[in-house]
Amino acid sequence: MSKERIQISEDLYDIMPSDYQDLVKSSTYGKEDRGWKDIGTSKELIEQHSLCAGCPESMAFRYILASLPNPEDTVMVGSTGCTSLVFPMVAVHNIHSLFGNQNAVASGLKRALSVRFPDRVKDVVVLAGDGATVDIGLDMTLQAWFRQEKFTTICFDNELYANTGGQESGLMQKGFVAKMAPVGKLFDKVRLPEIARESGCHYVVNCTVSKPSLVEKVIRNAVHIAREIGPTYLQLYTPCILEIGKNSMEGLQEMRDSEKPAERFAYKEYVSEPAKQLLAELAAKDKERKAAAKQLAGQASA
Amino acid sequence: MSDYRVLPGPEHFLPPAAASMGIRLPNPGEAHINGVIASEEKAYEEAARQFLMAKVPTIFPGPLVLWAWNEKAAKKATAVRHLFNTLKECAQAGQKPMLIPMPDYRPKYPKINPEVEINPNHPNLTIWHNKIDCCMFIGVHCHQANLSLKIIRGGTSCYTIAMCAQAGHEDAMLSFRDASVEKIMRLAETVKRLKGTVQLRSSTAKSGASN
Repeated sequence: MSKERIQISEDLYDIMPSDYQDLVKSSTYGKEDRGWKDIGTSKELIEQHSLCAGCPESMAFRYILASLPNPEDTVMVGSTGCTSLVFPMVAVHNIHSLFGNQNAVASGLKRALSVRFPDRVKDVVVLAGDGATVDIGLDMTLQAWFRQEKFTTICFDNELYANTGGQESGLMQKGFVAKMAPVGKLFDKVRLPEIARESGCHYVVNCTVSKPSLVEKVIRNAVHIAREIGPTYLQLYTPCILEIGKNSMEGLQEMRDSEKPAERFAYKEYVSEPAKQLLAELAAKDKERKAAAKQLAGQASA
Repeated sequence: MSDYRVLPGPEHFLPPAAASMGIRLPNPGEAHINGVIASEEKAYEEAARQFLMAKVPTIFPGPLVLWAWNEKAAKKATAVRHLFNTLKECAQAGQKPMLIPMPDYRPKYPKINPEVEINPNHPNLTIWHNKIDCCMFIGVHCHQANLSLKIIRGGTSCYTIAMCAQAGHEDAMLSFRDASVEKIMRLAETVKRLKGTVQLRSSTAKSGASN
């Protein structure tokens, strides 16, 4: 998408709130190698949000939005939950779907975009909580994977229904006691990453959002693979600090503790053979591009 | 013909859609005032009078003019700025014209800054905060304009004008249709012409709609 399309009318420029002026002046739309390192030096695609202080979900949002390879041509599909409070502050097209329907909505959207814009790359990214992805929306999630729909599904896994006061969810760990689940969970955490692999996802990652460079890598991989090959799934641990009895500054440590080798969010990745090939090709192209840019910079300075 | 009139509120918590009360849209070359079809000439004069009477006459430009989608949009933006400058030039003592954008339609929670923008999901906040008693929407997509106009009519006593690029708005107290650069400029001329002929409204608070 051309940035020419998003110019503010000159005669009304001065009355536009500064967020919009900044988005036009210094956001990273159209920048090929955009990533989390742009945070702080460019206008982020998320403005102030309404999440709790220190919420790991807000970190995840910032890293994901900084890492999307094609934000100007991306549509995100959300569902009810804490994430739906953030989407109004996000400068990427987004749709709020009925709870659990997000993968069905994304399927139709992706197909429609492919028909309407056959010559343009249009990415669709679902971002929903564990209740929408694994409990109420599991049917829609799985059916989209079975059909090999070409979009990325991201699950913000906080292991319970945080937005409604702490009810038990399928992704809650066994034995965990929550405010609205006083008996403790009686069965194991649903192994959705494994189910995703068996359901046809070409790229599956289970991790926390403690490391921005890792989040950037998996987001870019997931979007590129979904664009070319088929469905991808990311399960990101974004603990609800309120519901697990932590303080604002303890979210990061909670994620670090949960990603240790024997823990439930130890980094796990599955890449299908065609996806491996694609990633290798993309890496080679990236290397070539960087070498060419370096050569050009060398010539300019000579 | 309906007896219902589209008048400044506060009318109801949820005012009825004017269309459901029998108010119909003007034909090309016409406008409506309080839901009654009128000539465009009369509408220019009434809109100009309302602007000149108001303590805080305000223009709310929407995304269709705030963003330079094409040359036409940019020209309309220039015309909107001209109209605002005219309101400022013609302002009497005690009048404070404002130009507040509606940059997009996202429901901004937990709050917006009502001094710098208006949002269609809670336009009343901007009206109340700035004590706006007359406003004109331009360049706002139909559905969002209808939503805003209804909320404003429901909860405030602000007089609403729609400079609509399509078929007009029943929910505004005064609506033009087929808005163009020429129409905006003509409204500015009318404001200039009527300057000094209209008394400033004595109070911003009204007793409410009389339907």
